[in-house]
Amino acid sequence: MAKKQESTAVEATKIDARIPEGVLAEKWSNYKAHQKLVNPSNKRRLDIIVVGTGLAGSSAAASMAELGFNVLNFCIQDSPRRAHSIAAQGGINAAKNYQNDGDSVYRLFYDTIKGGDYRAREANVYRLAEVSNGIIDQCVAQGVPFAREYGGLLDNRSFGGAQVSRTFYAKGQTGQQLLLGAYSALSRQVGKGAVKLFSRYEMLDVVIIDGRARGIIARNLVSGKIERFFAHAVVVGSGGYGNTFFLSTNAMTSNASAAVQMYKKGAYISNPAYCQIHPTCIPVHGETQSKLTLMSESLRNDGRIWVPKLKEDAEAIRAGKKKATDLKEDERDYYLERRYPAFGNLVPRDVASRAAKERCDAGYGVGNTGLAVYLDFSSSIERLGENTIRARYGNLFQMYEKIVDENPYKMPMMIYPAIHYTMGGVWVDYELQTSVKGLFCIGEANFSDHGANRLGASALMQGLADGYFVLPYTIQNYLADQIQVPRLSTDLPEFDQAEKGIRAKIEKIMKIQGDTSVDSIHRELGLIMWDFVGMGRNKAGLETALEKIKAVRHEFWTKVYVPGVSTDLNVELEKALRMADFIEIGELIARDALMREESCGGHFREEYQTPDGEALRNDEEFSFASCWKFNGEGEEPELLKEALDYEFVHRQQRNYKA
Amino acid sequence: MEKNINLTLKIWRQAGPKVKGEFETYKLDNVSTDNSFLEMLDILNEKLVKERKEPIAFDHDCREGICGMCSLFINGHPHGLDGETTTCQLHIRRFHNGQTITIEPWRSAAFPVIKDLMVDRGAFDKIIQAGGYVSVNTGGVPDGNAIPISKVFADEAMDAASCIGCGACAATCKNGSAMLFVAAKVSQLALLPQGKVEAAHRAKAMVAKMDELGFGNCTNTGACEAECPKAISISHIARLNREFLSAKFKD
Repeated sequence: MAKKQESTAVEATKIDARIPEGVLAEKWSNYKAHQKLVNPSNKRRLDIIVVGTGLAGSSAAASMAELGFNVLNFCIQDSPRRAHSIAAQGGINAAKNYQNDGDSVYRLFYDTIKGGDYRAREANVYRLAEVSNGIIDQCVAQGVPFAREYGGLLDNRSFGGAQVSRTFYAKGQTGQQLLLGAYSALSRQVGKGAVKLFSRYEMLDVVIIDGRARGIIARNLVSGKIERFFAHAVVVGSGGYGNTFFLSTNAMTSNASAAVQMYKKGAYISNPAYCQIHPTCIPVHGETQSKLTLMSESLRNDGRIWVPKLKEDAEAIRAGKKKATDLKEDERDYYLERRYPAFGNLVPRDVASRAAKERCDAGYGVGNTGLAVYLDFSSSIERLGENTIRARYGNLFQMYEKIVDENPYKMPMMIYPAIHYTMGGVWVDYELQTSVKGLFCIGEANFSDHGANRLGASALMQGLADGYFVLPYTIQNYLADQIQVPRLSTDLPEFDQAEKGIRAKIEKIMKIQGDTSVDSIHRELGLIMWDFVGMGRNKAGLETALEKIKAVRHEFWTKVYVPGVSTDLNVELEKALRMADFIEIGELIARDALMREESCGGHFREEYQTPDGEALRNDEEFSFASCWKFNGEGEEPELLKEALDYEFVHRQQRNYKA
Repeated sequence: MEKNINLTLKIWRQAGPKVKGEFETYKLDNVSTDNSFLEMLDILNEKLVKERKEPIAFDHDCREGICGMCSLFINGHPHGLDGETTTCQLHIRRFHNGQTITIEPWRSAAFPVIKDLMVDRGAFDKIIQAGGYVSVNTGGVPDGNAIPISKVFADEAMDAASCIGCGACAATCKNGSAMLFVAAKVSQLALLPQGKVEAAHRAKAMVAKMDELGFGNCTNTGACEAECPKAISISHIARLNREFLSAKFKD
């Protein structure tokens, strides 16, 4: 049933993703049937480090401990339950087809590939769709209180980029409930002693011995002590790098440091330019703002997005002379419904974000800054009643009112796009192993399944797929060859050297004693990223960004001021260490965006668009995943390419109009 | 209302768990009322760093009211005076120009201070580890729709499950009791058929761990419910007591 292979002009390279042979639907079954396993008595003798306790990290740590491995789990917050997966609101996708609306594993696979603008690996995405149903069953068994119908069966809602209702949800707190489910499974293993938990610890380096990952160096954030940990394999699920932009919907400690550490030890960073800008966030209020707040995509089920049809009205609203509710129906431009009749307000995130920017840039934006559009519930409230809307989105409306001080039941919400998720990340093969042996990467931290744009409710699906159902299998294929390796001493020279490197870096930062705070440098980097590497990118802007990032790097390493001492709890030092890595990843994002001379998904190069402003891909030359290889400090990284040959899906211009 | 206000902040400073702490007073002028409470502390910290002073340590992460990491007693109330609000969602527009704000850490024997406003809430993790789960391994579970669950029970379980584990309940309780936290988890799982199987064992194990860790007893003052940022109802404590008693009777 395999169709003709659609190859590209991309030169074949050394990058091998180790995708199993066979037709798409059978690859994962074949893999599992033939992979190597570790027998129970050997599992006890093998240690696995898992960094991160989000959906991917905690589900992986719990599942591998259940199998019998000895797991060490590291958490940057005071408890695994705080990981930022907890903030995901809308839901999790699965191909259950409970609604009888035509869903299937293939359709979920196809929607995800298309949503990712044909820049994801077919085999990974198909596997993701295949295991999606098991995730729902697993979570129900853990006691996750998903929303239910009166008959007692699970309820679903719709999300962007799909024409079926396949999203399972728990009010507007789905991420919280799924994370608490994984956290409970993890806690059960901690209670049993199968997982050793290290809270308030931050990974500072990965230790490589004879070409294999054999441990990490981590800092105890309370005591400031630097400690060494050995393991037969290291798994990193440390989340995305959205905070490079300073203002994002990520949590305050979300960072890119683990990714940069892996990169500097030989793991490739793939597609860093693919950053997701979420269309429905609460607009920026001022210069002292610390972060942005997302309003769930699920709101687009019942909310209609619009701006005034006339510029004069937009100007009057910005000046405070008119209110949204003063404009009559025919004075409003429901621009998503106008431009994309088939998907309307439920177009994918990248499309919705760009459309909002287009209207605001053209002078139709609202709010006092002009950088906002309306998300209006009045017609849904009229149709369904305020109580129904309250039951569906009550907590989101409450959150909006607290932040903006306006009642969204009476006045339309104001929203604007913001950085939310990063599709790019550490390159992994089909087994979720990086280009360093024994080093695995899961969840948002890896680049695997979303291509150039992630669909709503797919991040939770991918994090849990990796942790519950993929890694616990694939890591055994690696560990089966490691059963003869004893627990190594952390006094080995490789550990010494890694720790020495970290100590030198910390000392260097502490000694600068300049006059600029970490946050003010971070804010500067964020503005450069948003202005030149944000929603609309072009060659000149990206070149400017690269120059400016260089200046920020210089400023950081000569002017930063970190108070206190490094041998104690020191929040400013933690931030400074993360900041140094945000600069590195920021540069890689700009570099990748400059290299990719096409538009696809979340990466929009203004030079490459269709006459009506849609992203214009160049499959001939750019159908590949970029893999950036570190070549030493101060050196240009090398670009390697993993060719993306589509065997099963026919690539086409994404169309959400008809 | 004025867009920018001046504040006087009385903040608890404590260098470490074993060191004696004290209040320090700071003046902070021209704070935008659109700022959140934690952004106001960011501004103060930025100022302290500029003056080459040690910034104030406080816990926070998501700043969306869901991770449960932020804490703080603000003018005598956990997460401040606003109902159903975490500190990160509290805004400066709730304060007036010239106001003095007292900011303290959680005060509870089971939550020792780490530094300044940061406390150790590891005891809550230990209570969950003692039994706050359904004993299922990954894989081999029935279809999600195999067991219908009444919407009424599912919704009530969801209300209980919305606990964010911030610790406001225990910190505000005059007995330092963690009953609302424990009850929320016991109740959520007891309401669902998946959790019902081990409900009795769970109630006993979690209550025993809570006692062991130095939390006090519940005397039904209701302060926990009043201060809970997620409005978790004390009716869950009644359900915990029922589960606990029936477990004891079976012994």
